[in-house]
Amino acid sequence: MGLSFLVSVGRFQVLSRWGFGSLEYAYFYFYSDALLTIGLYFALLNLYSLVFDEMKVEKYLRLGAVVLLGGTAWFSYAVINESSHRILTHFAFELSQNLYFVGLVLTYVLWGAILKLRETRTRLIQLVLALGVYFSAFAADYALRNLYPHAQGVWQYVTPVLGCVLPAAWAYSFLWVNEEARLAPSRLVAVSR
Amino acid sequence: MMAAFIFVVSVVIFLQFFVFYCRSLIAVSVKQPLSPEVQEVTGIQRAASGDDFKRVMQLLHLCPERPEDRKGIQAIGAYFQLLNFAASTVARLIPSMKSWTDSERAHCTYFAAIALERRISFSREMLAQQMDA
Repeated sequence: MGLSFLVSVGRFQVLSRWGFGSLEYAYFYFYSDALLTIGLYFALLNLYSLVFDEMKVEKYLRLGAVVLLGGTAWFSYAVINESSHRILTHFAFELSQNLYFVGLVLTYVLWGAILKLRETRTRLIQLVLALGVYFSAFAADYALRNLYPHAQGVWQYVTPVLGCVLPAAWAYSFLWVNEEARLAPSRLVAVSR
Repeated sequence: MMAAFIFVVSVVIFLQFFVFYCRSLIAVSVKQPLSPEVQEVTGIQRAASGDDFKRVMQLLHLCPERPEDRKGIQAIGAYFQLLNFAASTVARLIPSMKSWTDSERAHCTYFAAIALERRISFSREMLAQQMDA
């Protein structure tokens, strides 16, 4: 939250100084977005630690996350290096898109672990599911922006709306869902006949 | 090519997560009983029905809004629309889907009724505070 606040202040400063259509704002926006996504990565890692609490695998999770993060950055650079001459601008965009996608895959794996380990903490389940919704929505948003870069008029409305999803869903879980509340996750997947 | 692949996979997983998330919201509300007063106002005496959803939502919008439950209600509203779409398309081809969509739509109505109950008690609290002041 602190990082998000700092980034918002920075974005406002850059926006008021250079303007919405400036290259400076675009650079700042995408690089700060990549930074925030990395922050979210560590939040996801904490959720992993909560789910695998009893297995004492925190060290391996951290190592895995760092390797994956480095791998994603390297992959993004390799893709851009092959296909574009505007490396700096496109790298941040490609990195964000890939980070969201890797975040989505990691959240999906965590959801699988929750089902397998029969995790029942309602709040934890809702936090993970909301994170999954957020990562998948943003991964789809970035992919579409990559496919249709000229539809800027649409993205400037869609992206901020999607940005509200995670804070709203997490605020809902923290405000309304009791920490002691329990829920069988298999019930969420099962289709009653 | 890479972007198209990411887009397709993300949309499929998004739908899954969205459905599970909405079902988790509903599962929390299903455990809460409805007060006789709200049962009377909404007409939900025994079991809720998906057909009552629109009416309960209209009642909900008559009450002063609470920012903290707005997104949850919007999410369930979107889930209800998704279920309606599924009921009018996929459920026609797969009959077993029909009973599932009906039961899920009924749960959405119950969620809205619980939200109505919260808003009514919130309005009462506000009124009581004003009276005290």
